[in-house]
Amino acid sequence: MEKMNLQKAAENWKFFMAFVRKEFHHIFRDKTSMLILLVMPILMLVLFGYALNTEVKNSKFAVYDPSKDEVTRSMVEKLQINNYFILKKVLNNASEAETAFKKGEVSMVIVFSDHFYENLLHGGYAQIQLLADGSDPNTASIITTYASTILSSYQLELMKIGKIPYQITPEVKLLYNPSMVAAYNFVPGVMGMILLLICAMMTSVSITREKERGTMEVLLVSPMKPLYVILSKAVPYFFLSLVNLATILLIAHFIMHVPIAGSLFWLLTISLVYIFVCLTLGLLISTIVDTQMAALIISAIGLMMPVMLMSGMMFPIENMPVYIRWISDIIPARWYIEAIRKLMIMGLGFKAIIQELSILVGMGIILIVISLRKFKIRLE
Amino acid sequence: MSKHDPILMPDDTVILARDLTKTYGDFTAVDHINFEVHKGEIFGFLGANGAGKTTAMRMLCGLSKSSSGQAWVAGYDINRQTEQIKKRIGYMSQKFALYEDLEVWENIRLYAGIYGVPEREIGPKTDELLHRLGFENEKKVLVKSLPLGWKQKLSFSVAIFHEPSIVFLDEPTGGVDPATRRQFWELIYQAADRGITIFVTTHYMDEAEYCDRVSIMVDGRIDALDSPGNLKKAYGAKNMDEVFHQLARGARRKG
Repeated sequence: MEKMNLQKAAENWKFFMAFVRKEFHHIFRDKTSMLILLVMPILMLVLFGYALNTEVKNSKFAVYDPSKDEVTRSMVEKLQINNYFILKKVLNNASEAETAFKKGEVSMVIVFSDHFYENLLHGGYAQIQLLADGSDPNTASIITTYASTILSSYQLELMKIGKIPYQITPEVKLLYNPSMVAAYNFVPGVMGMILLLICAMMTSVSITREKERGTMEVLLVSPMKPLYVILSKAVPYFFLSLVNLATILLIAHFIMHVPIAGSLFWLLTISLVYIFVCLTLGLLISTIVDTQMAALIISAIGLMMPVMLMSGMMFPIENMPVYIRWISDIIPARWYIEAIRKLMIMGLGFKAIIQELSILVGMGIILIVISLRKFKIRLE
Repeated sequence: MSKHDPILMPDDTVILARDLTKTYGDFTAVDHINFEVHKGEIFGFLGANGAGKTTAMRMLCGLSKSSSGQAWVAGYDINRQTEQIKKRIGYMSQKFALYEDLEVWENIRLYAGIYGVPEREIGPKTDELLHRLGFENEKKVLVKSLPLGWKQKLSFSVAIFHEPSIVFLDEPTGGVDPATRRQFWELIYQAADRGITIFVTTHYMDEAEYCDRVSIMVDGRIDALDSPGNLKKAYGAKNMDEVFHQLARGARRKG
């Protein structure tokens, strides 16, 4: 009896492997699949890491300086000596600022008050105005932050050498990403998105393709267990997402110089859990819809958009309205991205990601139960 | 009698349906049908679109559960012993169902594997099959580059590769020219000669003439069941087309 079970298990394993091989054939013989699987992750990483860079270098600025004293001149110099800012223009009056913005010549204008140094020296109070083009609020806020950081550190210097008697300098310190390198922020996000794309979208599309072409029906009539059919679909994408994970980590670390400060073991563990969650999402989608197009649209709109907008990949979750934050709580990528930030960039350990890891494990269990149930119902 | 024993059916009966019914809410798709199919027979399952023939066939194959009534396929209960049935039947769906991006031999291998054909038999049997079909040179060709008629022949041969006792064919010759259809039917005869029972749905009435017996479904019921010759006599018709139209005229559901 036991021997028969063993033989049966071996047989099942053989079917299963034959199926996995077949899935690899499907993927390797389809140029579009190959392109999506191997080129897109790298493209996305480069796109988000470099092209859509929120880091601002070589920003051109103009100065209106009616005071023209020692301090204002050296402040402008301070701005120029690092590679964030280039002095493009000296304005003769404040109203020229608008023209400079409109022509697109500059992205920031610094306006000093009259008698700047005198006021600073005697009243301990002088005004600087930083004007930025708010039509691109992201860039505007970043360059004004840079500029005020530079200016306040100069004020600090002045205070130390006793030139000005009294000054309160707001201290701005950026934790974990002191130079505000954008790649740090985007790498975890891109990882969350690529893995979701490959696992959920590709799996659901490949299952619905079999439904569309009628091969699924033939498989369901066959003695092959439906569970094996579904699992064999997921296996190749599991391996390919591991390849992608490795590629992203290598490029991020060695080319974009993103640190892997925390535990690599937990980084890989939580990635595996996340990949599993994404695969079950793909299975769930394929049990709901019958066409490849529908699977594609659901993955793109139902999964990708929320991940881009609400997972904290692009916009901080803390700034979102409460109800959007509720939605973001049920997006697996949100927890994954947060955990990856903690592990890679902050260099925290297992204890810091217990919450994220357990939420992802829970999501995976719930999703696999639902999708297996749903798949069975479809056979009735 | 234990659950897994086949029921005692007359030796030559491979399908037996007793009041087999499928309802979807108020709609009765298949309405208490009774019939039997004998071993080695070519059984034509006819009906207009929507008459319930696909639903009935899906129940027999284990793709769909019956609402009431019983049926046995190859001696096993369709509601409780689907696993046993699945090993003993072949199935060719309406849609062409081989993998277009796999080579001819890869498709054969895959399906042979699924149906548990022993590893060592697959190779020689594949070569023999390709020889019989005259496809020797197409062994390593992607299926998508074959003409439709060839694909259908291949699809049928794959469906009976594991020597099932019954093969279910769901409108197998859709969209093929009459000459290719005749070639296809030659394959069906060859299979029937080997003792494989053929259960085939079709809406080509010339094909109905090739069957040993045909049943005609109207509104979920089987309204006629006999050999084509007897049916033509009973309805005073020149051909099966006329028989079919006389019966279908009374249908409430139109396809």
